[in-house]
Amino acid sequence: MSALPPVDPRPLRRRRRRAALAQTACVLVTVFMALPIVLVGLAAFSSPEALDEFPKSLVPSHFSTATLAAFFGGTGTIPAFGNSMLAGVYTVLASLALGGPAGYALARKAFRGRDAYQVFVLLVRALPIVVLSVPLATLFLRFGVYDTVFSVTLLHTALALPTTVLITASIFVSVPADLEEAAKVFGCGRFEAVRRVVLPLALPGLAASSIFTFVLSWNEVLGAAVITLGHRTLPAQVLAALAEAPQSYRFAGGFALVVPALLFILVMRRYLVNMWGTTLR
Amino acid sequence: MGAVRRFSGSPWLLLLPSIVLLVLLFGWPLAQGVLAAFRDGDGFTLAHWERLFGDPYFLRALRNTVLLIVIVVPVQLVLATGMALLTQARPRFLRTHFAIWCVPLAVSELAAGLVWLSIFTDRGYLNSLLVSLGLSENGVSWLGYQNTASMLFVVVVAEVWRATSLVFVILVAGVQVIPRDFDEAAQVFGASAWQRLWQVTIPLLTPSLRVALILRTILALQAFAVAQALTGRDFPLLVGETYQWYVNLQNPAVASAVALVVLVLSLGSAAFYLRAMRGQEAR
Repeated sequence: MSALPPVDPRPLRRRRRRAALAQTACVLVTVFMALPIVLVGLAAFSSPEALDEFPKSLVPSHFSTATLAAFFGGTGTIPAFGNSMLAGVYTVLASLALGGPAGYALARKAFRGRDAYQVFVLLVRALPIVVLSVPLATLFLRFGVYDTVFSVTLLHTALALPTTVLITASIFVSVPADLEEAAKVFGCGRFEAVRRVVLPLALPGLAASSIFTFVLSWNEVLGAAVITLGHRTLPAQVLAALAEAPQSYRFAGGFALVVPALLFILVMRRYLVNMWGTTLR
Repeated sequence: MGAVRRFSGSPWLLLLPSIVLLVLLFGWPLAQGVLAAFRDGDGFTLAHWERLFGDPYFLRALRNTVLLIVIVVPVQLVLATGMALLTQARPRFLRTHFAIWCVPLAVSELAAGLVWLSIFTDRGYLNSLLVSLGLSENGVSWLGYQNTASMLFVVVVAEVWRATSLVFVILVAGVQVIPRDFDEAAQVFGASAWQRLWQVTIPLLTPSLRVALILRTILALQAFAVAQALTGRDFPLLVGETYQWYVNLQNPAVASAVALVVLVLSLGSAAFYLRAMRGQEAR
């Protein structure tokens, strides 16, 4: 019986070292991504006096909600919050109502001009909003809808529409056409088949796309700041207040704007890759 | 009857609402914007452009915007590629890491600026750290108006933090469709990790990198609220100048002119990329 050749431990060691390295790199990136949010949270929960201390300790000397309370008690914050919610919800509804049918047509029908339409939609997406904001403000002034949630909704719908069309198209593609056919065979009309078979199956995807649209509207600041004056959305309100606001207002405002983002990621974790991956290809 | 039927089945009926809205809200303002930048009460004029180019902020804004793109976009591509490859190494707690890496995806530009303001402001967390470590006596004035270099640095950090997630998500989707067999085959033939990265993974990832490159360049041209939140007008960017001219200086004509500069740069860079990439494919 011959002795086994000695085991070479090097590949295994190299492998372990690589795994440890990858793990460290992951932790470093996570710290980079999370630390600023933790810090602005700490700042938002510090009392104004603790914010004035220098050098600051990492854990604030006085935890307090005074800073956040001052932010939400500031003129216009609560109404702006409401405007943001309304603009977001209206934008979701309008872009689904206008973009959903287009997405369905792209997913189900082969027709002349299909590619042209898609190029048109992509082109629109590439236009910077800054070009549109100023003329739109003039247009809205002329038609007497300047400074309304309605005008913000119009602008945000136009911004979200291209993405909605492309995302809903990819959602409807993933609903098998056979099921729709089957429904028609069993006596459903065209619209009934869509309503009773296609829509329920597409619902999770449509919900994901809606949340995405809502975040787009919630985060948009330039257009909202240019086309409103008294009925601002929250980001536009914070932007306008920046010049004269104290530091504490800024940190509280930053934190208030970040919280919905955290909720969004929590809810949307599973959809993030698929949504961008399938639509941007 | 037949005609009606064909009509109701036409896909254009479903597409029409979106086309009408987009033409109304994009086409019309676009035309108006161009007209406004070249016209005053009496007709054609270049006065708005003279005023714009005479404004010391404009050239600084143009320079800052270009600098920002040239620095931020490559950094993001490299960082996001690294992050996407890290997810392939299947580290522990991948789900948690992934979720946290995606958080900035939903954070608005303005919020991102304010978040980093808490770190970089004069009495912020970074200066607190420097002082308590004894590295500096009173901290560094990162956002001081005469410190262009450090302002650029801070805005770059905030932009990288905010927008790398988008590139990352695009690249993760791209990495996932690369079959594992390719990498394993290269491994069997004795390719080193470095060789596999450059000869196998990166070439297969090019389509995603391309999308990310175009998208990020166009979006970076529109950057504005990050710098606004961090520095006010001390570090001007093009879109920020539009905001200044329209909201604070009440001059829509010059604001339109700045906006047109942004438009031309966006279309120009997109055309440049598409052309350069087509040339590559032909080879």
